Amino acid sequence: MLYPFPSLLSCPVLSETQLISVTHLFPGAPLPSLPHALSLTDSTDSDLELAMVRHQPEGLEQLQAQTKFTRKELQSLYRGFKNECPSGLVDEETFKLIYSQFFPQGDATTYAHFLFNAFDMDRNGSIRFEDFVIGLSVLLRGSVTEKLRWAFNLYDINKDGYITKEEMLAIMKSIYDMMGRYTFPSVKDDAALEHVEKFFQKMDRNRDGVVTIDEFIETCQTDENIMSSMQLFENVI
Amino acid sequence: MAAGVAAWLPFARAAAIGWMPVANLPMPVAPTNKTKHQDELIILNVSGRRFQTWRNTLDRYPDTLLGSSEKEFFFNEETREYFFDRDPDVFRSILNFYRTGKLHYPRYECISAYDEELAFFGIIPEIISDCCYEEYKDRKRENMERLMDDLEDNKDSKLPNMTFRETMWRAFENPHTSTMALVFYYVTGFFIAISVITNVVETVPCGSMPNQRDIPCGERYTEAFFCMDTACVMIFTVEYLMRLFAAPSRYRFMRSVMSIIDVVAILPYYIGLVMTNNEDVSGAFVTLRVFRVFRIFKFSRHSQGLRILGYTLKSCASELGFLLFSLTMAIIIFATVMFYAEKGSSSSKFTSIPASFWYTIVTMTTLGYGDMVPKTIAGKIFGSICSLSGVLVIALPVPVIVSNFSRIYHQNQRADKRRAQKVQKARLARMRISKSGSSTACLHSKRNGLNQSLELTGSLEEDQQMKKATSLLESQHHHLLHCLEKTTNHEFVDERLYEQGYLQTALQNFPSRSPSLSSEEGITGTCCSRRTKKNTQPLSATHTHSHTHNLQELSALHIQCGEQQPLNTSRSSLNLMSDESGSLNCKSSGLVTTAIISIPTPPSNNSRASPDAPPPPNPDAPPLPNPGTDVVKISAL
Repeated sequence: MLYPFPSLLSCPVLSETQLISVTHLFPGAPLPSLPHALSLTDSTDSDLELAMVRHQPEGLEQLQAQTKFTRKELQSLYRGFKNECPSGLVDEETFKLIYSQFFPQGDATTYAHFLFNAFDMDRNGSIRFEDFVIGLSVLLRGSVTEKLRWAFNLYDINKDGYITKEEMLAIMKSIYDMMGRYTFPSVKDDAALEHVEKFFQKMDRNRDGVVTIDEFIETCQTDENIMSSMQLFENVI
Repeated sequence: MAAGVAAWLPFARAAAIGWMPVANLPMPVAPTNKTKHQDELIILNVSGRRFQTWRNTLDRYPDTLLGSSEKEFFFNEETREYFFDRDPDVFRSILNFYRTGKLHYPRYECISAYDEELAFFGIIPEIISDCCYEEYKDRKRENMERLMDDLEDNKDSKLPNMTFRETMWRAFENPHTSTMALVFYYVTGFFIAISVITNVVETVPCGSMPNQRDIPCGERYTEAFFCMDTACVMIFTVEYLMRLFAAPSRYRFMRSVMSIIDVVAILPYYIGLVMTNNEDVSGAFVTLRVFRVFRIFKFSRHSQGLRILGYTLKSCASELGFLLFSLTMAIIIFATVMFYAEKGSSSSKFTSIPASFWYTIVTMTTLGYGDMVPKTIAGKIFGSICSLSGVLVIALPVPVIVSNFSRIYHQNQRADKRRAQKVQKARLARMRISKSGSSTACLHSKRNGLNQSLELTGSLEEDQQMKKATSLLESQHHHLLHCLEKTTNHEFVDERLYEQGYLQTALQNFPSRSPSLSSEEGITGTCCSRRTKKNTQPLSATHTHSHTHNLQELSALHIQCGEQQPLNTSRSSLNLMSDESGSLNCKSSGLVTTAIISIPTPPSNNSRASPDAPPPPNPDAPPLPNPGTDVVKISAL
């Protein structure tokens, strides 16, 4: 991937952005199999308006090694990714915007926020293509255990290894928000709470008020519905 | 759904795995991608210029030529490319539409050529993005007007079968259509001029008789002037009557401004004829003659400029009003001040405040007749302030009026405000359509999909048609929304249906658990049996009822029938045919039964007694309840 000069795109100002200096590649160089030499320096003052912020992903071979996608699939994914985010980084606002377009009737921003945190593994406020692809690889090509782990990570908002009722309630509310107002039957105020109670009844084996990863995986593995629905999106790409 | 984010649909679907552990119901089956070919490039050869793009890019819009199988007709086997014998410049915009999801209109393109290309490729012009939409609409309108003008010109020459009346009316409105009309036009113009000149000359003192006084010509040559006046009035009366006869809508013609002017112009003569030389009314008769000057306004039929002037004054009414108001304020203020300033001086002409009005007006408009002048020093100071401020007050609104006139004159009376309002309304309508389009599309196909699966639609062709309409992308998106419904155990419904259902649940007085669908269906089956026949075809989102006023009727009627509910609506009576529902003593035919439906009924009431209810969805069938249909049945009342 040859990028002669960083383009002066007007990118949204990101809150903890990494100033990226492109140190390379004269045109004509062979396609690199080594990762690009990206010097990532944390910007100390985020007030600085960054005229050009761009991120280039690692090489195809690198990503192929890290994920379970084929070369062509990675190419196709990157094309779609780059179309929406020319700067190579997705910040939370853009992410929410994109995700909300799939749910026109409801408000998908809260759930998108949780999703964003699940994908943004290094918690730096933006999703790079690598995070995106690694997350997708787990979801689409991973084993059922890996998928369940991912789901647990999504529900565990503060990533402390336990899902509390409050966390689950927040997640549930955000899911119900996506339905919007016009549903049948109407979503009642305690619908989310009821659902959370049912969930905890099922998952929380030792009734200590939190769900650990082991309880979660164990319970899900015994539930037929969940196991079959985990396999649902195998052929998405 | 925007094409740009179509690439993110796989991500959204993958993220749906996050709902799976939470859901209690099994998920629907995912639509399979039958033609699983890798993304490939296709070549579009448009009159020699080759465009290349991914096949997926074109598939984003399946209802256009390039996105559907229609492009196979243009496939060239030898060169393995799609050949279109069209304009390559315009094709650039069209292909960019697929790539970016936005259709732009290049300014240098001819509007009709662009429209033709859009029509060929199956793209509707309404989706032109906002940045170029104004330009497009303007050009389109100009083109339309040009076409209309051409049409009118052509129309004038032909038209074989017009009645005599219509011919006359057309002759009056467009004098250049026939020579007779032109002659008539000029003759009336001539007589208007004659009449006006006569009125003027009548008052000129001409010659003097041996007695000392100069008398005006009118009194000297009374007969001549009277004959002249009669002739003119005859012509005008005949013309007015002929116009009245020829007018397509006589009432509207009589109310129009021009006809009122005509009437006012000729009426004094007739009134003068009627009234004899009665001394009492002759004074009034003289003032009536003033109205003869209105004949000059008849010229506005002959002059376009006059009409525009009149229209300008009408449209600048607010500016004129402001001018008048501010002038009045200033006049009153300065008149008061001048009166009190000049009160002291002797032999002052400023005898009262109204008398000072005249001085103020003359001074503010910088006329300065000099018949009233202030004599005191204070009066002179205030007088000079008055004249200075007069210049300002008058100078401010006048340029506004002038610019208005020039604008209207140049655009020939096209109202900008009207155009902007129409565009604004249309733009809002477009945004609403595009916003609701995605949600209604999902509901459409959801109902269509459900109907297909439950075999409510009879014909096979309809099924196939519906399958064709939804692309793979759309079906995947709908599957995603369906999974969300399963997770939360609620269904998406249309806004209108939601309001119906909301009212229904508001009327309900039992705790809402998951509704026992069988009993509900049973009831709706029986009580609405007469109406449900209408709902067997695939449900479209466009209901023909006006729900809002129905809702009010519903609520009113429920109150009426509230008392009768416990008595009459036993289980057996609920199974009655709908024509027996009259026994419930509520007068209106279907609306009452809605109220009855909301009564808690024991779930064991599963029997659907009425045979002529259309086969309601079998509740034991696949666990897709068909609440969409239920709700619609209720609202059909």
